[in-house]
Amino acid sequence: MLTYTLKRLLMAVPTLLIVITISFFLMRIAPGGPFDGERQLPPEIEANLKAAYHLDEPLPQQYLRYMGNLLQGDFGPSFKYKDFSVTELIAQGFPVSLEIGGLAILLALLVGLPLGVVAALRRNSGLDYAVMGVALAGIAVPNFVIAPILALVFGVLLAWLPAGGWNGGALPNLILPVIALSIQQIAYIARMMRASMIEVLGSHYIRTARAKGLSERQVIWRHAIRPALLPVTSYLGPAIAGIITGSVVIEQIFGIPGIGRYFVQAALNRDYTLVMGTVVFYGALIVLMNLLVDLFYSALDPQIRYDD
Amino acid sequence: MLRHSHTRLATTLLSSLSLASLALATPAQADTLNIGVMGELASFDTSQVSGGVWESQILMDVYEGLLKENPEGEVMPGMATDWDISEDGRTYTFHLREGAKWSDGAPVTAEDFVFGWQHLLDPASASKYAYLLYPIKNAEAVNTGDRPLDALGVESLDDGKTLKVTLDAPTPYFLQLLTHYTAYPVPKHAVEKYGKQWVKMDNIVTNGAFTPVEWVSQSRISVEKNPDYYEADEVELDGVNYFNTEDRNAAISRFRAGELDIVRDYPSSRYQWLEDNLPEATHLSPMLGSYYYVLNTREGRPTADKRVREALNLVARRKVLSEQIMAGSFKDAYSLVPPGTSHYDVQRMDGVDGDYQERLARAKQLIEEAGYGPDNPLHLQLRYNTSDEHKKIAIALAAMWKPLGVDVEMTNAEATVHYQTIQQGDFDIARAGWIADYNDAENFLTLLRSGVGNNYGGYANPEYDALLAQAATVRDLDEREALLEKAENVALDDYALVPLLYYVTRNLVNPDISGWQDNAEDDHPSRWVTFTE
Amino acid sequence: MTTDTLPDNRLSLSEATAGESLGRDAWRRLKQNKAAMVSLVLLVVIAVTCLIGPYLLPWGLAEVDWNAFSVAPGLDSGHFLGTDANGRDLLTRTLYGGRVSLSVALVATLVSLVIGVLYGAISGYVGGRLDNLMMRFVDIMYSLPFMFLVILLMVVFGRNIFLIYAAIGAVEWLDMARIVRGQTLALKQREFIEAAHALGVRDRKIVTRHLIPNAIGPVIVYVTLTVPKVILLESFLSFLGLGVQEPLTSWGVLISEGTDMMQSAPWLLLVPSLFLATTLFCLNFLGDGLRDALDPKTR
Repeated sequence: MLTYTLKRLLMAVPTLLIVITISFFLMRIAPGGPFDGERQLPPEIEANLKAAYHLDEPLPQQYLRYMGNLLQGDFGPSFKYKDFSVTELIAQGFPVSLEIGGLAILLALLVGLPLGVVAALRRNSGLDYAVMGVALAGIAVPNFVIAPILALVFGVLLAWLPAGGWNGGALPNLILPVIALSIQQIAYIARMMRASMIEVLGSHYIRTARAKGLSERQVIWRHAIRPALLPVTSYLGPAIAGIITGSVVIEQIFGIPGIGRYFVQAALNRDYTLVMGTVVFYGALIVLMNLLVDLFYSALDPQIRYDD
Repeated sequence: MLRHSHTRLATTLLSSLSLASLALATPAQADTLNIGVMGELASFDTSQVSGGVWESQILMDVYEGLLKENPEGEVMPGMATDWDISEDGRTYTFHLREGAKWSDGAPVTAEDFVFGWQHLLDPASASKYAYLLYPIKNAEAVNTGDRPLDALGVESLDDGKTLKVTLDAPTPYFLQLLTHYTAYPVPKHAVEKYGKQWVKMDNIVTNGAFTPVEWVSQSRISVEKNPDYYEADEVELDGVNYFNTEDRNAAISRFRAGELDIVRDYPSSRYQWLEDNLPEATHLSPMLGSYYYVLNTREGRPTADKRVREALNLVARRKVLSEQIMAGSFKDAYSLVPPGTSHYDVQRMDGVDGDYQERLARAKQLIEEAGYGPDNPLHLQLRYNTSDEHKKIAIALAAMWKPLGVDVEMTNAEATVHYQTIQQGDFDIARAGWIADYNDAENFLTLLRSGVGNNYGGYANPEYDALLAQAATVRDLDEREALLEKAENVALDDYALVPLLYYVTRNLVNPDISGWQDNAEDDHPSRWVTFTE
Repeated sequence: MTTDTLPDNRLSLSEATAGESLGRDAWRRLKQNKAAMVSLVLLVVIAVTCLIGPYLLPWGLAEVDWNAFSVAPGLDSGHFLGTDANGRDLLTRTLYGGRVSLSVALVATLVSLVIGVLYGAISGYVGGRLDNLMMRFVDIMYSLPFMFLVILLMVVFGRNIFLIYAAIGAVEWLDMARIVRGQTLALKQREFIEAAHALGVRDRKIVTRHLIPNAIGPVIVYVTLTVPKVILLESFLSFLGLGVQEPLTSWGVLISEGTDMMQSAPWLLLVPSLFLATTLFCLNFLGDGLRDALDPKTR
């Protein structure tokens, strides 16, 4: 297992290199540049700007320059947020996104998994339909609808909680964004857990286990839940990478200083260095999360092995 | 691994719990103003600013130029107490205020202005708005790198107590320009000490009524009253928080929840609702800005034909647009230069406000004369940048032009792509807008001067260009006004564009605030603001 | 893990009749599931309404009623479900929007289903080096900035609605591939797969006849989860100017427009949301029914 893990970590380097290279050229070939805006700049000023950011050099040279800086751990200055380097922006925003996203995932697992299991056990009962109905509503209503409604109801009309703002991560400011972010995840996890529980409960070895005279509780806890977690785990790898890197919708509506908005805004502003910074960061997280998922598989099902 | 991170999160949760109880224990500070601004400040270095209204709000609170603005947006003495203007209008001598200080106690000198303006125009600074200082002698040459920095027409005299500025041509709006952030001083001593790091919160010094203390990127900038400000006694607020509220609907919720005292914009679609529900807080007033459609007058475009341009203008029902579609949150426009522009009377395009049926009949006839009809329908490509307002306006105009047999193909794109495309001339009709940099008609009329980058439609009329060039050399304000008005009429007679709406300022303001007034510049220095309770 | 020595009953079916009877058998079981059948009928009704409804309504997609801006639902104005801020009939637009959203959902989901399931099953079944390579490719695809991918696709191929489908399908298959691979890794250790091996069944058959059908439960659920994702992703692309262009619209676009107006004109949010929610509910029950009908274990 250790060899496998090391091998995978080693492979992360070429994987990320490919991601960086493709993204760099993808971004630079796309129309629009960092200095295109409502007001066209006089040519001499645009020339100054391009020279200042080395955009006047041939593309391959710019690529090499970027890679050289990256090797020294330098992501460069942001094009748009000039008083911050890309590293500073991510270092400042990621803990916030991690906190909100981590809490949302935690909440989603704590609520979603039991709901899914219970619904599967009481399949086609009123409880099952109620749980799945609520879960579906969570899926059908997008977060850009849920978030403003939460802010309106709990922030304005009832005035129980702040309608927005971060306030250094104070608990009252966390509640609404975490709920808004987790509703959809709860629904996803509950739906998937229910389906795979049903699948597992119908399999031979569960029937065998029951035939052996094990109590229902033992059957479920010892034999059913672990294999049933497998598809949820597969889903969670990339999903966690996505959620802890923030959500532009939630961050904008609640005014949260996370990094989610950089993924969209950096692209819209053609803030080249920040785009690359988010790509590298997200790519590394994806690689890491998928590795963790693969390792976790063996914990769920010891028969799963990887050839070293 | 998963479990591990959960434990850490649980700790975070616990610590934030204790923080929350602490926060609840401290009494609310009534003298801190909370403003919702619509974007993130690009930098506290004024040469690096990207041009958002929200940026001027923050910068004008922490810095002060030679002149400043009162709540009505009128200029008044700032760092300079008085000034002399030479006979030919090309030399300004400013006498700096005694006792004006940076927030670290160092005096503000003419050197700081010379240094700041040179820094702005330095090619290495690559400042987007450097061109605003081009009226200063040699500014353009300095900015392009043709002349050294010290060739710039500014001088510090009398040990930094006097600043002498030389201009290329008499510039009637020059004093007004000095309130813009491009003309703010830069603390030379701080830059010499910290280099590029001088803008970091630990190092920064400012000369305005407030000085920055905290910046949570994408969330909040906090400033505190500057005790070294020369009128610190008169500044009522202890500090200001600027919250980045890009989601304008969310900003309304936060305003209603009492978290914000001022919101610097709201969606036009919410105007009626706000008027009905928060009438005392809802502000809307004229602004120096024009919302128009560019017509591509280049060879080969259907809109190169004046008859087509006239027809499109005739049936654009601006009143319907402003009153119905935009529900009163814009003013209908019939010219490029908006009302309220100093030393300028609003002009009016011919024939666009008579009886609709007559206009329609004439427009149909024009389209027919231009050679279009059922067999050869006029197909036009309309481009706009992504926004709810732009979309509604585009849809309405496409519907208004339909009776002419015009088939409009709408294309929206994100802003960068939109402007890049229309700068390349790949469109028939394109959405554009202009908010005045300074209160002067020339700022708008330049948009149609041939060869200018912002003249997206490629309009070229030698008569128009000649009138503008002539106006630039005239000192007499009335004579200049006549020339500029004549120029605009030339363009309007050519139907060079489709003027649609004048921008308005839209703000939500807590009624318990005084010292805040609507003005056409939409500039509202917090220095004047007080809570009345 | 328990060790059960029972051979999987799928193996006892003769290979020749397996495919045919699978379909007929599944349909028979599906028909017995009331919730699934009601859902199926409702889905058909929604699809047909979106297809032919606009022809029966008096208003056109882009037609502006100059006397009715932002009119609430009612009978007097002639706009049963109200109008938008531009005076266009909401019902008409919702039906047109349904065409776009349903077809995006159908195509993108199918693309992600086919690619994802095959890719994941092969990767998991073959394992080793190939699995490693195939999954690193998935990691790369996850990490690329999606927006630039779409922008570039549009530059190369022009503005084209099928492109939207393709772009969305191109990202949505990744999750599916990861899930199916995970299931395959577990399933291939089970006795019935090993038994099939021992009996000399070819790899291709093992994958298509044994692995995929046994992983069908999570797959179907994930498909029903993909549909809303795809519909909303389309509205994000349209927001960027990369999706459908006015006057054409979609449910996602209508919902995001309606969100801004939810206090002053709530019908603009409610009407398209109801259509979307109904569709999702039906898909869900149909999905559950299909899963039961296709499950090789309960046959």
